[in-house]
Amino acid sequence: MSIWIEEDAKVLVQGITGKQGMFHADKMVEYGTNIVGGCTPGKGGQTVELQGKPYPVWHSMTDAIDATDADATVIYVPPPYAAEAIMEAADAFDFIKGEGVIVCITEGIPTLDMVKAVAYVENRPGIRLIGPNCPGIITPGETGGAKIGIMPGHIHAKGRIGIVSKSGTLTYEAVAQTMSINEGQSTCIGIGGDPVNGTGFIECLAAFEADPQTEAIIMIGEIGGNAEQEAAAWAAENVTKPIVGFVAGATAPPGKRMGHAGAIISGGKGTAEEKFEAFREAGIACAMDPSELGAVLLESLKAVGLR
Amino acid sequence: MNIHEYQGKTLLRENNVTVLEGVHCTNVEQALAAYDSLGSKIVAVKSQIHAGGRGKGTLYNPETREHVMDGGVKIAFSREEVETYATNILGNVLVTIQTGDEGKLVSNLYVEAGCDIAHEYYLALLVDRDTKSVLIMASTEGGMDIEDVAHNTPELIHKVVVDPNAGLLGFQKRDLGMALGLSGAALRSFGKMLSNMYSMFVAEDCVMVEINPLVRTGADEIVALDSKISFDENAEFRHKKWDDLRDLSEEEDVEIRAKETGLSYVKLDGNIGCLVNGAGLAMATMDVIKLYGGEPANFLDVGGGANEEQVKTAFSIIMEDPNVKGILVNIFGGIMRCDIIARGVIAATEALSLEVPLVVRLAGTNVDEGKKILAASTLNIHAADDLAEGAQKIVALIGGGQ
Repeated sequence: MSIWIEEDAKVLVQGITGKQGMFHADKMVEYGTNIVGGCTPGKGGQTVELQGKPYPVWHSMTDAIDATDADATVIYVPPPYAAEAIMEAADAFDFIKGEGVIVCITEGIPTLDMVKAVAYVENRPGIRLIGPNCPGIITPGETGGAKIGIMPGHIHAKGRIGIVSKSGTLTYEAVAQTMSINEGQSTCIGIGGDPVNGTGFIECLAAFEADPQTEAIIMIGEIGGNAEQEAAAWAAENVTKPIVGFVAGATAPPGKRMGHAGAIISGGKGTAEEKFEAFREAGIACAMDPSELGAVLLESLKAVGLR
Repeated sequence: MNIHEYQGKTLLRENNVTVLEGVHCTNVEQALAAYDSLGSKIVAVKSQIHAGGRGKGTLYNPETREHVMDGGVKIAFSREEVETYATNILGNVLVTIQTGDEGKLVSNLYVEAGCDIAHEYYLALLVDRDTKSVLIMASTEGGMDIEDVAHNTPELIHKVVVDPNAGLLGFQKRDLGMALGLSGAALRSFGKMLSNMYSMFVAEDCVMVEINPLVRTGADEIVALDSKISFDENAEFRHKKWDDLRDLSEEEDVEIRAKETGLSYVKLDGNIGCLVNGAGLAMATMDVIKLYGGEPANFLDVGGGANEEQVKTAFSIIMEDPNVKGILVNIFGGIMRCDIIARGVIAATEALSLEVPLVVRLAGTNVDEGKKILAASTLNIHAADDLAEGAQKIVALIGGGQ
């Protein structure tokens, strides 16, 4: 098992004919992801060559899902059109299958476009949105697996640690840390650093708690908002598996946006200190340095007899 | 992106939100002409800077730092007072609770007609992360610091969450207006104003509109007496006119140049420069430098697909800061290959004849090739295997913390 994405999940690529879309589609096929084709309005009927093999392109997501029975889609559409791409996918998945996972990689989508898109997705309960502005989701397999996004596939291995993070490269850092203590990953999810996004920490924690393959969790947050505090409080009541946490931005000055649109301390709220405190109160083992995540995780695993 | 009050008022006026007559001025003569043209006995003379707390701020001479005047927003009762206030404000530095000690140079002034105030309210529209919707907040406690009101008397803050599909509904406007104690003509005026302001918020891609105070006049009209508007930078592509509204003097020059080359840079007060890929990792790198006794000089995210040229630009931006005594490069190569970064680091070091110690930590795609390239160079570059080692090395190389 894993969460939301099985190793052999059938995946579509929206924006597959674009430079970014094609580059990453190729990398996903190389990793072993079961890419079944893509969608670019106006380019239906064409094919795209990935790892030396042709893949079909459809005009619309309805046509693409109809033809492939896809389980998930990944969006590499530029910011002006990305929110609409999310809604098109949500509509098609909902209408045809009543379910589907949408992973949006695009960075820089207007916030009010996301307000609209998130409400649209939430009106379709079978649809899950991950992102935007995120590295995506990966479920490593024994050989290959499902890599849906831009993360470097080769650093992962199948295992029992679930990882959820707001940041891309910090997720890779966490993956490398699990590998350093000979642990693999069940599923890794980047939920993205935008102020308005789809899937949040709590949904990921709930899914990891319910997933038999996952035995421990790494949760990585950053300054801005209070999603980490809410997730910690929820975890204290509902998660029995060990959680290891880190929060980036302890040295960030207030009122300055630190790269991610959502990473800003406003009105003295959303500081790393506040979030670490909430983690500790919830019994989450904290690493103050991401290069210590492995050591802290190992201790947590030992404490519950998993090592 | 923030805009000035006078620009916000123009936008509000264009969107049929009632504001008072006012004139934007950049010198004392214009301020006096504005007073004459407004035909109002009483006018407000308001410093225009991108920071709150102007009224309670203090003006200083930019060179001597001598005290000039208390209050960056003044009520003038005569032409002479307009002249005094405008002279004291323009060209001087205004320090408020939000500007920091150095304050901000005031180059713009807004002279606005007075009005008959019956009551002051607070109103704000913003994108709320919890409800993932536009949130409207209002309070009867206008003119006060809203953080204090929220802390001391939260029951006096009233909220409405707008469903993005339904838009702002009639009952929500009524409920909010009545919670503020409005009725009759004032309630109708409030409802109309709120509809127009919400439409503007959406059409103009705002992330925040704050009106403090919003006032009810003696004639029961609702008027926006102040305006603080922020736009969503992500929506810049569909708002060409923002170019004209942007006040570059309010932004750090180096941060603007960084942004133009696709880098995200924020200057800090320490002495260890950082060059990192990814916003989260860049923050974590700063944190770890501090954890091991150093002080980061900057936040710098080169993004996911940086090339040799961008790495070079990043180095030159870091080195513009005279406080920088050493640099820590931390790259987890995903899309970005470590060998490309290694070549970029060497090219930049040579081109800029970098003299400060440099610690490079590489991980991820093509890491071995990247490390080989660095090891083969004769430059003063130190390698590290993980972030902790990198941070400890650079702190040691510059001789400990500050």
